[in-house]
This record gives sequence, C-alpha cells and structure tokens, in this order.
Amino acid sequence: MSGSFSRRDFIKAATALIGGVIGAALGVPAIGYLVDPALRASAKEGWVPILKLEDVPLGKLIPFSFTRVQVNGWERTSTTFSGYVLRKSEDPKDMLILNSRCTHLGCTVNWKEDAQAFICPCHDAKFSKEGAVLDGPPPRPLDRFEEFRVNEAGVIELFFKAG
Amino acid sequence: MWKKAYEWLEERLGLKALYDNLLDRPEPKGNWWNTLGSASLFLFVIQGLTGIFLTVYYTPSPDHAYDSIQYIMNGVAFGWLIRGIHHWGASLMIIIVFVHMLRVFVTASFKYPRELTWLIGIGLLLLTLGMGFTGYLLPWHQMAYWATTVGTQIAGSVPFLGEFILKALRGGPDLSALTLQRFFAAHIWMLPAGLAGLIGVHLYLIIKHGESHYPSRDE
Ligand code: HEM
Ligand code: FES
Repeated sequence: MSGSFSRRDFIKAATALIGGVIGAALGVPAIGYLVDPALRASAKEGWVPILKLEDVPLGKLIPFSFTRVQVNGWERTSTTFSGYVLRKSEDPKDMLILNSRCTHLGCTVNWKEDAQAFICPCHDAKFSKEGAVLDGPPPRPLDRFEEFRVNEAGVIELFFKAG
Repeated sequence: MWKKAYEWLEERLGLKALYDNLLDRPEPKGNWWNTLGSASLFLFVIQGLTGIFLTVYYTPSPDHAYDSIQYIMNGVAFGWLIRGIHHWGASLMIIIVFVHMLRVFVTASFKYPRELTWLIGIGLLLLTLGMGFTGYLLPWHQMAYWATTVGTQIAGSVPFLGEFILKALRGGPDLSALTLQRFFAAHIWMLPAGLAGLIGVHLYLIIKHGESHYPSRDE
C-alpha cells in the first residue's frame, strides 16, 4: 500500500475537501452578516428643502421646520429640526439661517416680535435677531445652517449633516 | 519547512497520540446508519454556530423580538441564510437524533456495557426536544405565542404540581416578557451547556467501549 493513494488517504482528503467547502460556504456569508451594518451607507446627509425664496421677505424672520428619519436596524427615530430664515439683501446668498435649538440645553426658542428677541422657554435665555446671546445661560450664539443654496425651482435648501 | 513546523508543534502538543486513540480507533463493519450519531453531532455544532450568529441581531424582548427577526431576514446580508439553516436544522436535528436512537434500539446496542450510553442518549433526546420547544417561542409571532401557551398548559396539567410547573415555565401565570427572557436563557445557555456536557460523556463512553458490532445469528 505504501506510496499509493490508499482508501484511508482518500477518506482523509475527501473529509478535508468537503469540510473546507462547507466551512467556506458558511464562513464567508457569516463574515458578511457580521460586518453588514458597517457597510451600509448612512442616509444622514443630504440637501433638505425648507422654504420658497419668494415666501421670505427681506429683513423678516420666517420660521421653518423639517423632519429627518434615522433608521437603525429595525428602529426608526424621527427628529424634527426647526429654525428661522433671515434675508438681509436681494442677494440670495446673503441669508442667515438659524437653528432654533437653544445652545444651552436644547429647548426650542421662539421669535418674539414685541421683545425683538428669541426667547427660550426653559431658562429665559434671550438671543438677538442674528442669534447673539443677549441674556441667560447659553454658552454661545444660536447655531447656523452654513451650507445652503437656492435651487432652480426657487426653493431654499440646506445641507443637513448628522449631529 | 511544513514538516519542521509540524514536528516542532507535535513535540510540544503531542496531539498524534490523541488522534490515534480518538479518531483512528478500530470500527466494526457497519453501514450508513452508524453515521447518524456523528450527523447529530454535526447538526449540534451547526446549530451552535448559526445560533451564536443569530444573537448578534436577535433581541429577546416582546417589543423587539419580532422586528429583530424581520430585520435579520430582510435587512442583514445573508441573514436569511443563517436563520434558514438554524430554522431547518432544528427540525432536522430532532429527526436525526430520533432515527439515531431507533438504530441503536434496532441493533440492540443499548445492552451491556452500553446502558449508560443509552441513558445519556435519552437525556440528549430530551434536551434536544427542549431546544426545539424553547427556540420555537423566540420569534414571538402568533404561532409561537400560542404554541407556547398550549405547550406550557400541557405541562401545567400535571397533578398537584401542575400550577407550580406552569408558573415556573412561564415565569408567572401568563406568557410575558419574563417567559420570553427565560426561554431565551434556557435556549442559548442552559440547554446547550447540558447538551455539550452530555455529548462529552456520550462520546467518551463510545470511545471507551468501542462501537457495538451487529449481532450475528447465533447471538
Ligand atoms: C444530541 C444527540 C446525540 C448525539 C450528538 C449523539 C452522538 C453519538 C455518536 C457520534 C455515536 C457514535 C456511533 C453512531 O453514530 O451510531 C453515538 C452512539 C450511541 N448513541 Fe448517541 N447521540 C445522540 C443521541 C442519542 C440518543 C437519543 C440515544 C438513545 C436514547 C443515543 C444512544 C446511543 C448509543 C447506545 C450509542 C452506542 C451505539 C453503538 O455502540 O453501536 N444517542 N451517539
Ligand atoms: S435650554 Fe434654553 S435657556 Fe436653558
């Protein structure tokens, strides 16, 4: 028997081969299954339409809001964002888009015409028309949506990033 | 090169002696029916592996169990494959273990000195059925819910102790989050640990006694 390919050797080789095939047929999908969430493109970023340019008169604060849906596995969380647009001149680039999330602890501020300020209902913070802190605990001015554009249809869009 | 590495390892591990004794042992002339124990073992390993992978996404809570399984089926790459193997493998394992037992019975291999092997085998069959019973609830859909309701009710019909057994199985008088959680614990920790232990003793006994040969006419 020595030197030739014995029945034993055949069984061993066949076991190794079949075992390898089964191992690969299971192992490769298993790796894909494990790392799958890391390979999904997150749909967090993108241009979001907020208001028509023609609906925003010069010098007046106009409120807007939009909702983003975050999908994690089988859970969907929708978060609503809101803010104000202020056009400072005819130039569509000359716009200020404020986030109405208070920079203190995140309550939603409201523009009060009589006070000429954004008032936060939670701890009485006051912000100016351009978002500067006038009074109260907030550590910094209201956040701005810096990246925006006006599309061909005349709609103001802002670029939304997660966070 | 390979030979050198092999010899270096072998000198320290000494696995060849194990291999010669455990896998290179003499076998009586048998047939395909003699492979069913190994088939059971193979299925146990496959169920263990696919089960571990399922727990990466499965969530044993009434709020999430159903959705997490839908997600495995439709949202995760190869989720359908992993769950499919585990799902069909479960039924197949029960059938194979049962037929393995039948062959041991038909060839009268349960006789001296293999009575213990047989008794442990009964434990293995019960634990395997327990795996099926506890696993069936985990998807938390209507069928699972009602099957477990009825199954635990049957266990609850035992005289005197019935109500206690029912409550112990369900973790209370009704099917609840507690039921799902304890079925999950049993399914992934307790029953597999029991199976692994008994399989170890089962295999030890098989190697110790060698496999029985088929009874001949004069026996
Ligand atoms: C998880 C379930 C089980 C596993 C993994 C398993 C595994 C094995 C293996 C690998 C063998 C070697 C010979 C053969 O394959 O026929 C064997 C033999 C044996 N099994 Fe099982 N078994 C299981 C369930 C059972 C059950 C339910 C019984 C009976 C109640 C049983 C009784 C026996 C006996 C008596 C032998 C010795 C047969 C002989 O020496 O010819 N086993 N088992
Ligand atoms: S959250 Fe606005 S002032 Fe505290």
